[in-house]
Amino acid sequence: MLLAVLVIAPALWVLFLAPTTGKWATAFGSAVHDPKDFLITLINGVTAAALFFVVASGFTLIFGLMRVVNMAHGAFFLLGGYIALRLQRNLVGEGAGFGLTSAQVNLTHWLIPALVATLVVAAIGVTMQQVFLRWNQGQELRQALITIAISIILADQMLAHFGGVAEDIAWPRNFDRFVSLHVEGIQYTGTRLVILAIALGIGLLLWLWLKRTRTGMVIRAGVDDRAMVSALGINIQLTFAIAFAVGSGLAGLGGVIGGSFASLAPGVDANWLLYSLVVVIIGGMGSLGGAAVGSLLLGLTTNFSAAYLPSSYTYYSIIFTFVLVAIVLAVRPLGLFGRAA
Amino acid sequence: MRAVNPDRVVGVIALVLAVAAPLYVSPYWVGTLLTQMLFLGIVAASLIFLSAYGGMVSLAQVAIYGIAGFVVGNATTNGNTKGLNLGWNPWWGVVAGIAVAVAVGFLFGALASRSVGIYFLMITLTYSVIANLTFGQVTDVSGFGGISGIPAPASVGPVDAHQNRLYYVTLGAALAIYVLLRYVSRTPFGLTLQGVRDDPVRMASLGYNVALHRTAAFAFASFVAAVGGVLFVWWNGHIDPASIDLGATIDVLVIAVVGGLYRLEGAWVGALFFVIVNNYSQQISFIGARFHTLIGAIFLVIVLVSPGGLVGLWERVVAVASGRRRGPPDRNPIEVGQVEPSI
Repeated sequence: MLLAVLVIAPALWVLFLAPTTGKWATAFGSAVHDPKDFLITLINGVTAAALFFVVASGFTLIFGLMRVVNMAHGAFFLLGGYIALRLQRNLVGEGAGFGLTSAQVNLTHWLIPALVATLVVAAIGVTMQQVFLRWNQGQELRQALITIAISIILADQMLAHFGGVAEDIAWPRNFDRFVSLHVEGIQYTGTRLVILAIALGIGLLLWLWLKRTRTGMVIRAGVDDRAMVSALGINIQLTFAIAFAVGSGLAGLGGVIGGSFASLAPGVDANWLLYSLVVVIIGGMGSLGGAAVGSLLLGLTTNFSAAYLPSSYTYYSIIFTFVLVAIVLAVRPLGLFGRAA
Repeated sequence: MRAVNPDRVVGVIALVLAVAAPLYVSPYWVGTLLTQMLFLGIVAASLIFLSAYGGMVSLAQVAIYGIAGFVVGNATTNGNTKGLNLGWNPWWGVVAGIAVAVAVGFLFGALASRSVGIYFLMITLTYSVIANLTFGQVTDVSGFGGISGIPAPASVGPVDAHQNRLYYVTLGAALAIYVLLRYVSRTPFGLTLQGVRDDPVRMASLGYNVALHRTAAFAFASFVAAVGGVLFVWWNGHIDPASIDLGATIDVLVIAVVGGLYRLEGAWVGALFFVIVNNYSQQISFIGARFHTLIGAIFLVIVLVSPGGLVGLWERVVAVASGRRRGPPDRNPIEVGQVEPSI
């Protein structure tokens, strides 16, 4: 009952009630009053969800198979971004000292750094798993603490090497323009659509990989029963290493996209760890579909709460992330698509 | 003659040393390092209580400590700073701070009470980061710059002029908290909590309300963390979102793990170690500002090599010296295999 109110009331507010004047004035007014900004907010939410999904799918892949909560996921995100940032500036060469504009950057100047950063972070992830986590299998809390220790060291070293000033990776000039959506005359940011396309591609590849290949089959079997898979003579350790590489690589790639979309700075790692945690807590841990739904819920919640709270209260929007987690935990402690292990 | 318990000897010596500290160490040590050690120890003790007796490793203790601190700051300042500036008597600020922190702790605990192990760790970390972001964004109560000029009560402060007073208040609070936590762990509630930790399914079938016990334990630990938060704002006079960011959350976790996650004494052992390393590592040239790399490396080594922390090392030394075998090896929550979510 209370839950129904908590879900329906915000929907009514956004669709019909939000005023544009008076004490409770919102930026746009209700969806009926201003459908264009409602649609923009909706697409913003979906594209934000796309980036959440890229990062959180790696987190949930690792967790689902190995029961490892990789608390260094946020640090991997930031590291991927910084590696791509440095590489891009070296590639473009002169005039890069004060940051690049997208006019100076072509597609290869973005794709090569993105690829290299993804691979480097994947390699770092596998190294961490082989050196520190492999021999602690089954001691889940200890593994989580180990990854926390690694994240402290990584965050501090990144602060030392890359400084505390926020910087961003430049999008290639082909992406950085406005695209007409042919609905309500909306001119939409091209880069956000690129993010959405990348996320859809990654989601599709992950799905094909997990459902259609032998490795994917082993991973799905391992999620259900590691001991049995191992007893059947399958090299589960190799599968673990592959999953860890892919999961970490996705954090690195997420960092490149996130660093192009927003910026890279100390503390950004904590935010992205939070997003990954929230997505898997509400979606259900270890479930790819859950990660997609969790990302969508988080993306829509953050964007709609920021746009449709009364203008003088928009800074309360962060509370809604907590409300979202609270509602899901109250109803389903294991998340929407979670299963008891 | 009865064998002397080495733990008790060390405890008495530590207490005497702590009480006499202002006589033999510099005011900087008393006013800065030892006071900080004591209140950080209180926060870490709330974490250790939950992990040792409830099997719940919580990362939300710093968030709770910060909530208490921010409420005290909002309630007791009077102009010239961010926040509500209610200008209350500092003691009413204490009451409000602790009450709000316990209420939030109850809510947090109730939502997380059906999860255990790493699930619990993840959920409480979420609370912690959200609390940090909330205080950073909501300018009504804090905003990025935080609240300054928070007064201690007249009988304690002004803190800068009377460092020893706050030191003894904090020492008294730490002792009281220690005794209280020991006492609670032996009450029927504490024993039930340990039953819930070891076998939630059996406890549930015996008719105990598992979720309610976890929630109550979390709310009680929030009270302890809130006391630490009040002492922190008296000592610091200032609180801002960076006081409770991810780094601060992990610092308290490091303190608890380095001390030893399964014995309350570990909280203050770890805190002493932490403040000393924090203070003196800055002076070592090749470490300098890279304190967190050092503390991360120490944390990593402790988790890998001696999950019992410093207290665990001490117990091993005592066991070897007295020719006894090590105690039951499964008390440390870090080493215990996961109990999967049950009910």
